[in-house]
Amino acid sequence: MQTDVLVIGAGPAGLAAALAAAEHGAEVLLVDRESRPGGILKQCIHDGFGVIRYEEKLTGPEYAFRDIEAIRAAGLEVLNNTFVLDLKQSVDGFSLLLQNPINGAFRVDTKALVAATGCRERTSRQVFIHGDRPAGIYSAGTAQNLINLHGYLPGRRVAILGSGDIGMIMARRLSLEGAEVVGVYEIKSEPSGLTRNRVQCLEDYNIPLHLNTTVTRVHGTKRVTGVSVAAVGADLKALHDSEKFVPCDTLLLSVGLIPENDILEPLDPEFDAKTGGPLVDQRMLTSVPGLFSCGNATHVNDMVDYVSESGFIAGKSAAEYVQCGWKRGNIEVSPGENLLYIVPQRLVSGKEAVIYFRSVKTMDRVTLVAQAAGKELFRKKYLRIRPPEMQKIVLQALPPETESVEISLGEVT
Amino acid sequence: MGIRELTCIQCPLSCRITVTGDGDQLTFSGNQCKQGIEYARQEIINPTRTLTTTVATAFSDFPVLPVRTAGEVPFGKIFEIMNLIRAVQVEQRLKPGDVILENIAGTDAALIATADMYEG
Repeated sequence: MQTDVLVIGAGPAGLAAALAAAEHGAEVLLVDRESRPGGILKQCIHDGFGVIRYEEKLTGPEYAFRDIEAIRAAGLEVLNNTFVLDLKQSVDGFSLLLQNPINGAFRVDTKALVAATGCRERTSRQVFIHGDRPAGIYSAGTAQNLINLHGYLPGRRVAILGSGDIGMIMARRLSLEGAEVVGVYEIKSEPSGLTRNRVQCLEDYNIPLHLNTTVTRVHGTKRVTGVSVAAVGADLKALHDSEKFVPCDTLLLSVGLIPENDILEPLDPEFDAKTGGPLVDQRMLTSVPGLFSCGNATHVNDMVDYVSESGFIAGKSAAEYVQCGWKRGNIEVSPGENLLYIVPQRLVSGKEAVIYFRSVKTMDRVTLVAQAAGKELFRKKYLRIRPPEMQKIVLQALPPETESVEISLGEVT
Repeated sequence: MGIRELTCIQCPLSCRITVTGDGDQLTFSGNQCKQGIEYARQEIINPTRTLTTTVATAFSDFPVLPVRTAGEVPFGKIFEIMNLIRAVQVEQRLKPGDVILENIAGTDAALIATADMYEG
């Protein structure tokens, strides 16, 4: 089998990439490991999706449905239940060994590859909680899958570690389904999710949020019987004098997301340690010619609208690459003062760039400045900026002699 | 006279607004713009939310169907609506926007499907 653009992952990024690549004249194949397209949106039944793209608050499945309908209308082929067994570079692109229940194992050669593989939740093994390993410890997303796609309630009395958005959304969901959420415990001094979720998920249902507090131990042998929680000091270490026992039968973890790119290992693209995703230019092209990255596989986004946006860029670029075969841009974009990360990390000259960034901390009345060789390219003021809320700017095309761009966030001057 | 505190979610500033008084006699403090007053007034007089949840279905390949209220409903009715939904089982395959219950719990809102049961 042969195609121009192969897209791995039919979540919001992959759906957008496939649509855009087809619109720009490429032959496209979209593969997904699950039985239905939509990715994680299938289980995100709450609303708030699409406020930028559609100026509507859609639920996750409704948002996905619009793209899936467009994919159908475009006559694009989606292979569900399809896994990537092997992936390597070939003379004129990539050669993949795929497998699904209908075709068995089969080879596909493609000129360009778009990795839209999303992100994964950090697990209990990555946050070092002491105690036994009884049943009843779930990532927030696993609990969301069980309730929203399978109709199973994972517990009756639930403690939640971490105040990420999925954790807060699950606190509300569990309350609606009759479970008691005993508390959300956040090690940091402010919630890590959006304010809207703190208000409409926790405050609405009188769920206590304990800041500067963490779970120190899980109790129970067969099933969770409770957790120990303790306040933390400025060094984020537990103050054991403050430790107390909280009875519960379930512990949910909402402790962060990490871009998932294991599948790309054989291609060895350059990675950004700050984002956990491949280094890309504004066309979402990685250091490997013909390999594009988009959505949460590039960096964890706060809104699906941006995930789709990057998918459209990656798909359009992949279609253009098939015709022109250019290389990734090499103008380095460096995150200066107070910036956690910037995507894209590289730019190509002569082309406008959509740039996403996050601040390292909550800051009031600050100015973002982008400059190249001491010359200011862009400036924007923010009343308040918080790390959970990703920001986006559009940078005008750079002249070809540009070597690097520095973007930083500072006090208003 | 009641005093209530709430967090405005109209913009990232997240003002902590204090509302004092009852009925029509409300005074607001802590807000940094007019939008904050409107938000707080609505939240005190008649807070509304879109309810999103699932209903049971008769299909083993799609055991629960995601649903929402078409429009916002009074927050105080959320648990009453949840109880009504618990008694429902969907017997047909539905698509997003298909109506499951009309005027749920005396609100003007219908309960509609949000997922496509035909897919896959």
